[in-house]
Amino acid sequence: MTFSEFLYMDGYYAFVWGSYALSFIVMLAGFFGPMRRRKQLLKQLGRKKKRGQRT
Amino acid sequence: MFTKFYKWLIKLASLRNFYFFAGKLIPWFGWSTLILMVVGLYWGLVEAPTDYQQKDSYRIIFIHVPAAWMSLFIYMMMAFSAAASLIWKTKASEVFANSCAPIGAIFTFLALATGSLWGKPMWGTYWEWDARLTSELVLLFLYLGYIALQSAIEDKRSAARATAILAIVGVVNIPIIHYSVEWWFTLHQGATVAKFDKPSMDISMLIPLLIMATAFKLYFFTVVLMRSRNEILERESHSNWVTEEKERL
Repeated sequence: MTFSEFLYMDGYYAFVWGSYALSFIVMLAGFFGPMRRRKQLLKQLGRKKKRGQRT
Repeated sequence: MFTKFYKWLIKLASLRNFYFFAGKLIPWFGWSTLILMVVGLYWGLVEAPTDYQQKDSYRIIFIHVPAAWMSLFIYMMMAFSAAASLIWKTKASEVFANSCAPIGAIFTFLALATGSLWGKPMWGTYWEWDARLTSELVLLFLYLGYIALQSAIEDKRSAARATAILAIVGVVNIPIIHYSVEWWFTLHQGATVAKFDKPSMDISMLIPLLIMATAFKLYFFTVVLMRSRNEILERESHSNWVTEEKERL
């Protein structure tokens, strides 16, 4: 099997690679979303704490 | 033995303990997801032989079927967890059930979308209003309904009660999805793996399928724990231990 044959997927390339690409993007977003949210939350907590010290 | 396990469960039900326990597990789940995903993708896309009937289009199976299995599995996890919060009023189970919903919605969406992309070349249509496809779409709406209801109610405790009832009532859809291919005439093929008989699938295709299914399951546990930790931080932002945790980082 050559690499171009692999990419061609017997002519079903659009459907096969389409599903794989879609799943890849969605699952990656599903992982990095909560990761970014955690950073955000920790930042907010830090701010809250500083405010608490000032008063 | 049992009382020891019971004590451990009660300890885990406190948000603080759950937060730290989840933190320890996440890297293990995360890295094993990545490893299994790479192995499963290579095996499924390169090593597994071409199907004699469907040619290479069948390779969609390695994401479609695990995603569909996950959509059901996550719903059951969510419903059990929701039932636990209804019975014992444990906050950790509320947080867990809430964290399940978006991931379940993601997998249901993927099962529908990849199924649609597989249906076009094989059945000649992206969508058909038949039993399997429609009941899976209902599952997506159940997840979205759960998320909407949860964010619509301000008070976390009453939101948890309302969503728990929705989740438990929705369980009725799960056997409908599973048996839809037997009960009604449908375009969708019957069960090939999850049945009492021997799976009607060659081992060279079954192994990568099971590897991908395990990878998806580990992905779910990674993300559900990450989401739970975030929700705990939000809920407990006024507790001392959260401030201490913030200082530690």
